[in-house]
Amino acid sequence: MSTKSDIAQSMPASNRLSLLTQRKRMAWLFLSPMMLVLLAVAGWPLLRTIGFSFTDANLGNLHDYQFIGFENYLVYEAGEWYGVLADPLWWRAVKNTLFFTLVSVSAETFLGIIVALTLNAQFKGRALVRAAILIPWAIPTIVSARMWGWMLHDQFGILNDIFMTLGFIAEPVAWTADANLSMWAVIMVDVWKTTPFMALLTLAALQMLPSDCYEAAKVDGIHPVRVFFKVTLPLIAPALMVAVIFRVLDALRVFDLIFVLTSNSADTMSMSVYARQQLVEFQDVGYGSAASTLLFFVIALCTLAYLYLGKKRMESY
Amino acid sequence: MLTKSLSKLLLRVAFWMLILAIIVFSTFPFYYAILTSLKTSEQLFSIDYILTSVHFGNYQTVLNQASFIRSLGNSLFVSTLTVVISLLFGLTAAYALGRVEFRGRGAVLLMVLGVSMFPQVAVLSGLFEVIRWLNLYNNPLALVFSYTIFTLPFTVWVLTTFMRQLPKELEEAAIVDGASPIVTLFQVFMPLMWPAMVTTGLLAFIAAWNEFLFALTFTLTDDQRTVPVAIALISGGSAYELPWGIIMAASVVVTVPLVILVLIFQRRIVSGLTAGAVKG
Repeated sequence: MSTKSDIAQSMPASNRLSLLTQRKRMAWLFLSPMMLVLLAVAGWPLLRTIGFSFTDANLGNLHDYQFIGFENYLVYEAGEWYGVLADPLWWRAVKNTLFFTLVSVSAETFLGIIVALTLNAQFKGRALVRAAILIPWAIPTIVSARMWGWMLHDQFGILNDIFMTLGFIAEPVAWTADANLSMWAVIMVDVWKTTPFMALLTLAALQMLPSDCYEAAKVDGIHPVRVFFKVTLPLIAPALMVAVIFRVLDALRVFDLIFVLTSNSADTMSMSVYARQQLVEFQDVGYGSAASTLLFFVIALCTLAYLYLGKKRMESY
Repeated sequence: MLTKSLSKLLLRVAFWMLILAIIVFSTFPFYYAILTSLKTSEQLFSIDYILTSVHFGNYQTVLNQASFIRSLGNSLFVSTLTVVISLLFGLTAAYALGRVEFRGRGAVLLMVLGVSMFPQVAVLSGLFEVIRWLNLYNNPLALVFSYTIFTLPFTVWVLTTFMRQLPKELEEAAIVDGASPIVTLFQVFMPLMWPAMVTTGLLAFIAAWNEFLFALTFTLTDDQRTVPVAIALISGGSAYELPWGIIMAASVVVTVPLVILVLIFQRRIVSGLTAGAVKG
């Protein structure tokens, strides 16, 4: 950006310096409301959460607490390990979250690319299909969890009916209650809800591609599948990567869907569900904050990776 | 020759099958929710794929429930106010970030991006304390306050991108005319920013309308709740006695305005989503 220097040059020389300083001061003034709000809702609360994780604070009385060091994280007492890091349920939540993230983001990326390639073709009614795929995205997560909860109902659910008619299953299945199936049910609903996001971002990347290399490939008679892997995929890879990281960060903090579809079941519990349960239901702010802090650092690491990529992209434009 | 045209035909059939699959996959759950909401509680136990009869009893029950209407009002209030605050603060911040070159500009942008990645749970206990301290617990204003954590970074980011694309001659003319920065922002730039503001405003509105975790944690009584919490907390005697017809009716009531908004502003929303993620 050369805005300020150009403006300054169009001014008399004596005014130039004061104008620049004035503009910089003005910039910070204009930034301050946003900065103050973010400090109050993000910066300070985050520091407090990390602080709470070293105390025995209780939700009922947040003023009265004692510093207990790392006891919420890990402590050895009377021959036993205690703390979040020694809780099998926490590790289960970590495993669930990672599994959920890996499977659902992979499936969304795969399906998203297919939908995007389809929508990238010219056909009658394309706008209509694009509108249709926005519907799952627009539906509140809570509502989609409820809708799918009904479709997945073990006795009267339509999904069991469809699968039984098609002969995939012999008898009704308890999708959200069965320990082996409930995570897959959660993943299915998440894939339904977020594939549109993936598809739209991929579509945007596809539409920015230059058409000349395709014409060249067409003239040379190269098979479309080969063109996709050799030309299209490498060209959309950067945009796809950003979208994937975006989704990964989102999936790692998943809460709403799991909480409503399967409540606090250990089979599907994510790190966010675990932390909230400790924090709000068990009122154990110290312990819950320790879990939250761990989740924060997991996501912060991923964010750093994203920022690194984002910075690279920023430099290029 | 024949095999070639045959395979071409097959390809066309496969393509349209794929389109059909995409449409069914996207719209069927919502269609089925509408279908269920129009049934009586006895009809729930028979599985139908098409509408056989229409009963508005579930809608009557939902809309006669004072607490549900109150929740709708709360959601509307919270989402609207969140959008207004995010746009106002986002616009001033975007002006500074998009039009002025100053030391620390990159750091501020990275910080904003970093905040948008925050897991909400990570600030839950700290935010709870702040909200108690502000005396906003069990008050929709607490939600407006806390929702800026995800609407503001996004708004700042997209508006900054947009602001940078505006021609600098506009600002030069305003400065030569002696306009103050505030006047320049609100009278020169803002009229040009409307498309971006509509897009980001819509996305912020949808995000605030759909939010669940903060709404669940920072409100306590029925009359202060927003719609997602109200729907999540509808329960029957047990998991097997959930009033599914009523839940679906409430779901449809909450979702229809959103679906209409999304269909009207399709293009804007898509461009906003891509500006927020891809260009970032």
